[in-house]
Amino acid sequence: MRTSYAHVMAVLLWSLGGLALAGPPAMAQSYEQALAGFAADAFSDTDAAITAVAGSGHPLAAKVIGALQDGRLLFNADDRKIYVREPSGTVLDAATGRPVAGEAPPGLKSVRLNNRLRRSVEAALGSLTLLAPEPSRRLAAAQAVFKSRDANALAALEGALARETDVRVRKAMLEARAAIILTQPSAREADRVQAVGVIRDRSDRDARALLGGLPADLPPTVQRTAAEAITAIDRHLARWEMVQHLWYGLSLGSVLLLAAIGLAITFGVMGVINMAHGEMVMLGAYTTFVVQEIMRTTAPGLLDYSLAIAIPAAFLSAGLVGIAIERGVIQFLYGRPLETLLATWGISLILQQAVRTLFGANNREVSTPSFMSGVVELGGLAVTLNRFWIIVFAGLVFALLLGVLRYTTLGLHMRAVTQNRRMASAMAINTGRIDALTFGLGSGIAGLAGVALSQIDNVSPNLGQSYIIDSFLVVVFGGVGNLWGTLVGALSLGVANKFLEPYAGAVLGKIALLVLVILFIQKRPRGLFALKGRAVEA
Amino acid sequence: MTHTLIRSAMAAIALLVLAALPLAGPARAQDTIKVGILHSLSGTMAISETTLKDVMLMLIEEQNKKGGLLGKKLEAVVVDPASNWPLFAEKARELITKHGVSAVFGCWTSVSRKSVLPVFRELNSVLFYPVQYEGEESERNVFYTGAAPNQQAIPAVDYLAKEEKIVRWVLAGTDYVYPRTTNKILEAYLKSKGVKAEDIMINYTPFGHSDWQTIVADIKRFGSAGKRTAVVSTINGDANVPFYKELGNQGVSAKDIPVVAFSVGEEELAGVDTRPLVGHLAAWNYFQSIDTPVNKEFIAKWKSFIRNDKRVTNDPMEAHVIGFNMWVEAVKKAGTVAPDKVIDAIVGVKVPNLTGGVSEMLPNHHITKPVLIGEIRADGQFDVVWKTPGLVPGDAWSKELDGSRDLVADWVRLKCGNYNTKTSRCGG
Repeated sequence: MRTSYAHVMAVLLWSLGGLALAGPPAMAQSYEQALAGFAADAFSDTDAAITAVAGSGHPLAAKVIGALQDGRLLFNADDRKIYVREPSGTVLDAATGRPVAGEAPPGLKSVRLNNRLRRSVEAALGSLTLLAPEPSRRLAAAQAVFKSRDANALAALEGALARETDVRVRKAMLEARAAIILTQPSAREADRVQAVGVIRDRSDRDARALLGGLPADLPPTVQRTAAEAITAIDRHLARWEMVQHLWYGLSLGSVLLLAAIGLAITFGVMGVINMAHGEMVMLGAYTTFVVQEIMRTTAPGLLDYSLAIAIPAAFLSAGLVGIAIERGVIQFLYGRPLETLLATWGISLILQQAVRTLFGANNREVSTPSFMSGVVELGGLAVTLNRFWIIVFAGLVFALLLGVLRYTTLGLHMRAVTQNRRMASAMAINTGRIDALTFGLGSGIAGLAGVALSQIDNVSPNLGQSYIIDSFLVVVFGGVGNLWGTLVGALSLGVANKFLEPYAGAVLGKIALLVLVILFIQKRPRGLFALKGRAVEA
Repeated sequence: MTHTLIRSAMAAIALLVLAALPLAGPARAQDTIKVGILHSLSGTMAISETTLKDVMLMLIEEQNKKGGLLGKKLEAVVVDPASNWPLFAEKARELITKHGVSAVFGCWTSVSRKSVLPVFRELNSVLFYPVQYEGEESERNVFYTGAAPNQQAIPAVDYLAKEEKIVRWVLAGTDYVYPRTTNKILEAYLKSKGVKAEDIMINYTPFGHSDWQTIVADIKRFGSAGKRTAVVSTINGDANVPFYKELGNQGVSAKDIPVVAFSVGEEELAGVDTRPLVGHLAAWNYFQSIDTPVNKEFIAKWKSFIRNDKRVTNDPMEAHVIGFNMWVEAVKKAGTVAPDKVIDAIVGVKVPNLTGGVSEMLPNHHITKPVLIGEIRADGQFDVVWKTPGLVPGDAWSKELDGSRDLVADWVRLKCGNYNTKTSRCGG
């Protein structure tokens, strides 16, 4: 019962604030005076105004500062009056909280912020919204106070703690209180030692930063516990760092797998050195862009589902271009690898310039659907959702491709043609048609990779170029003609790269990896998973 | 039958081509002044350089509307060096010898500039270079209208140290000459200001680097030592987009670890969702959001010339505007387009820039510019949060580096680009 009572009180308090009852005259005066600071359009005046408004205790203070944070606080340079634009579009007079009669005055400008002011705003909002009805806002408020360590917020924090019932919010508030006590010279020594313990249990980077940045004039006991806590946190973080490297490696590996798996078909299975493979990836990314543009104009509400349409569209468009390239050029060059290399290199340049002429040289913006944006904290591991979904997508594409090759007639014909072309032909398989379809399949899968890459990389005409070398590396390393080899090759290269990078740097790490692969190929020329049998000797 | 048909068709075409040649060639060359435009229209750098070609075409068209120059019309000669550094030198030679251009506006990357230098020296022509660069250079035939390090990097670091109270620095850059030299200058400068070596982290990545997870995690770790930390980014080109995406993804906000970039402008942000990036900084000498009448007029002209309301303007475009106007003034002053006369006449020429000041060509062939610090807004534009009180003269040779400290460039008094004040000799 106490729970609901506290909630009701909080809601009541909050809605009273929203109603904008004018406070006692003296208070209103200082609030209005403080407001005028926003009209000066100078950062120092705005900073003073934030502190004054937040400290005025006026019921509108949280609304005004919230509006300032979102860029909805407007001022009129002529009469120096301040307005709040509601998210709905109505303009309120910030002094009274009532809607402006008639049209909003022309020439309103929003109050500008810089980073220092954004921190002030966050700190001010933190202490103002500690009693907000929604737990998520209270949590954000507590985190803001943790960062600002504003001693003035301590009283509000104690009050909020007394009635807080949500476990997570309560924990955040305790941490915020500990942060304030720790940095306050007047606090008792025992309290501060206890505060170090609370911060230590948090054991993340922010806690590390707080403890590392403590002033040097602390009592020795506090200093000692703080130093111990830092060592403990560092050890904890170092353990998670290994997990983090592994995760980054998997993520890079999945990107490499997506880029290389199409090549594993065209180069690995068919033996065509296809330098235009990267451009198929690029075409897939541009297809995503075009699909999104069309949906933006026709069905803006469905934009979150645009990738579901982009995936088949990219597969088809890249696949069709692939078939056209195979029928138009490559089929005349089978068995002549050098000419194929040069011809496909030329095709890649043509495709790049064609896209540049059609879409312009600039990057195109592909929006990320909401389910793919953001980050999930798993212990000390920050999992970015776009990377997570790309790993899932890479796994699905890989499984699907294996299935097609293993269980469909097309897959059977493909394997037959690549293993023994003349025998397959004798069994009434139209080898030319199968060649075209195989190449189309490989290119289509490259198009799928483009959809995924559009989420993490530039959608520009050069997109494909940056992946072509890596793709060949993966296929050669994993073993030409073996899809499982491509999988293992991509993941091991990704993980190895991410474990090398922190020590050697991105440039040297890449070089080291190349050298390792070259040495490995010397030892095992056919890669990790070599094909065996008569087909290879032929 | 068909053979004769083809043969006669060929003959007809050949005749047509021959007939057209004398009309198109010398007859027109007599009464125009040719201006060369040497910017990549294909390849990696096309993303940045195509815009500069367009702005040059606009400036030339505008000058012709005003009646041309010395009573003649200007004629633009556009070539495409295709982001291929040796090809820059070949195309520069083609512009000067084959087309006989009076001045060339072009190049973006430092390596392309270095590749054309010998050509301009040998054929004694004039190059206007519009991009911020690493300094440590002053050539008689080149005019640097972009920022030198003391007009961009040093003031930006000063701003962060003063306004954001930064004491710990990450210098992140792409692995080539501009970031490496700039970071060397910055490192020396920070150490001279009392920053300890363990508070500086330097990181280089290859061109087009796309997987920033580890590096952003490293930056976060470096930033959690309890001291205010900032990233000074000389990351160039395409790699910026995934870098900023990763920053947004891992929740590195400008409130905690601000990133100040020297190569990210309005054009580069056009392909990015900038909402997670609000508050990150850039240092330039021009922003599109600058509220001056000349800038508003320029933006309106640009949008109507390019027939696209969404196109943005940026710093190198302004540099071309200043460079072109300076060249026009110098030609008027000299009364000729002959390079030797123009090179002598242009030093001291003053033209208004787009930010409300007047830029001057200095004897070291660099110009005076204001330095502005902008914060990224949610709409991809920049809010100017700080600017130098006046215009800053560009230093060809950095005062922060040993060896370069003693050098001065003065093409009027000393006739030298690297005069050593210690040994009193030209030639470093």
